[in-house]
Amino acid sequence: MDTIVKLLKQNARLSNKELAAMTGLSEAEVAAAIKEYESKGVIKGYSAILNDDLADKDRVTAFIEVKVTPKAEYGFDDIARTIMMYDEVESLTLMSGAFDLAVTISGTNYKEIALFVARRLSTIDGVLSTSTHFFLKRYKEKGIFIDDEETDERSFVSP
Amino acid sequence: MDYDNLLSDKCKTIKPSGIRKFFDIATTMDDVISLGVGEPDFPTPWPIRQTAITTLEKGKTVYTANAGLMELRETISRYLKRKNNLSYCPNDEIIITVGGSEAIDLGIRALVNPGDEVLVVEPSFVCYKPIVEIMHGVPIVIETKLEDNFKLTAEALKAKITDKTKLLILPFPNNPTGAIMTREELEAIAEVLRGTDIIVLSDEIYSELTYSGKHVSIAEIDGMQERTLLVNGFSKAFAMTGWRLGYLAGPAPLVKQMLKIHQYAIMCSPTISQYAAIEAMENCEEDVAKMVDEYNIRRRWLVNAFNEIGLECFEPMGAFYVFPSIKSTGMSSQEFCENLLYKHKVAVVPGDAFGDCGEGHIRVSYAYSLKHLMDAVACIKEFVEEIKNNK
Repeated sequence: MDTIVKLLKQNARLSNKELAAMTGLSEAEVAAAIKEYESKGVIKGYSAILNDDLADKDRVTAFIEVKVTPKAEYGFDDIARTIMMYDEVESLTLMSGAFDLAVTISGTNYKEIALFVARRLSTIDGVLSTSTHFFLKRYKEKGIFIDDEETDERSFVSP
Repeated sequence: MDYDNLLSDKCKTIKPSGIRKFFDIATTMDDVISLGVGEPDFPTPWPIRQTAITTLEKGKTVYTANAGLMELRETISRYLKRKNNLSYCPNDEIIITVGGSEAIDLGIRALVNPGDEVLVVEPSFVCYKPIVEIMHGVPIVIETKLEDNFKLTAEALKAKITDKTKLLILPFPNNPTGAIMTREELEAIAEVLRGTDIIVLSDEIYSELTYSGKHVSIAEIDGMQERTLLVNGFSKAFAMTGWRLGYLAGPAPLVKQMLKIHQYAIMCSPTISQYAAIEAMENCEEDVAKMVDEYNIRRRWLVNAFNEIGLECFEPMGAFYVFPSIKSTGMSSQEFCENLLYKHKVAVVPGDAFGDCGEGHIRVSYAYSLKHLMDAVACIKEFVEEIKNNK
């Protein structure tokens, strides 16, 4: 992975000036590279990584395993496109293994999610079955510790 | 009891490390942001830890040969061939030591007679002079300068050589300055030494952490291997500081004698660490490369940040330290560091802890995450601006 992309993935708030210093490029070169990543769709957006327990206490998130039966004119992609149109759906991934689509959904309460699964998801043409798992506690998200600070076991000054 | 009277005169006269003094102050304070640490922030790569676990499970917990596991010595021999095109015989030219520290201690103890002069390039790590003094040797400091990018020059070396000179301690890549020596620069040093009986103790513990091409050992230069004790270890390259494992490679007649000291003082280096170290050298090159990439990003950012604050910082090409000048503040290194610690709770190490010629500088470690570095530098910036405004 390119260094700029790697650094932005770790911290999207780094300025072009900081990125320039870190990579040894000029600010203009960094700006041009980022613009190209954005226009080519390599970088799709920038978002904050939140601790939901602090940011939105009432938020409930669930991971739903979805089994589907694709048909000749209505394949995985078509089913996925239908599901992803719902705003409640945070992420959607086609998986290998025991189920087909991994859906992450969040809402303001358990009932809202249950109803979404019952009324919206299960009724989609081609959806065979669903299995819903609620998030209880997040420990790490996108490489960042959510639950706890990383501790430094080293002395202040050494050796 | 009058303990003071019981202690040897030599022991009493040894000064405690200037690094330690700062550590003691910092530990009494809460919420200190430290940039003082001289060890990697990365955990030891998992395959190395796994190998240690397996070693324990198999019960391989007995002494090894005094010189260390033959398999590890063979691994080191291959490593030095691969990295530096150097040939060392695993039978009688390599000793596995307790960290690079013991290798330094062995080298000095085996060679120095009372009155022998030992050339110590400064600024440098704090252990060389005290060990020379314990041996009743005479440390002769060769100061390196900012205008030479803290490199040792042939002129500076020549000026300090006398007929009592026994040993030159050559610590590159350097802690605290981050300076390195290129092949051409080492050629010039070798030119001075080749006609003499001076041995070089080359402390290459940071050899894997270079940012402008591969590290060159002085032993690679024509005619130098026979007069070089090469010291290296696993701490910095493989993030294995707590495993306490290093090694020394040198001419067989010297190594044979050193092995006696090692045998009586240490017996053998930790067995579990030795097995793990084989895995490190054989299979962890990629892990090292990843760490070096990460250090390099931090290094570039930090050099730039200090220059912007107005603390002039030369670009170090090795180790994981920057060594900015704080002369523009009008403070001494000690004053700067104490004030920074008390007023802004940031711990850095005063340059004079590494020799008098380190005065006017501070050592800043970048063995920290970028976020940590950014938080700390923001505090240093505030501090420097306060000083400017008060002038």
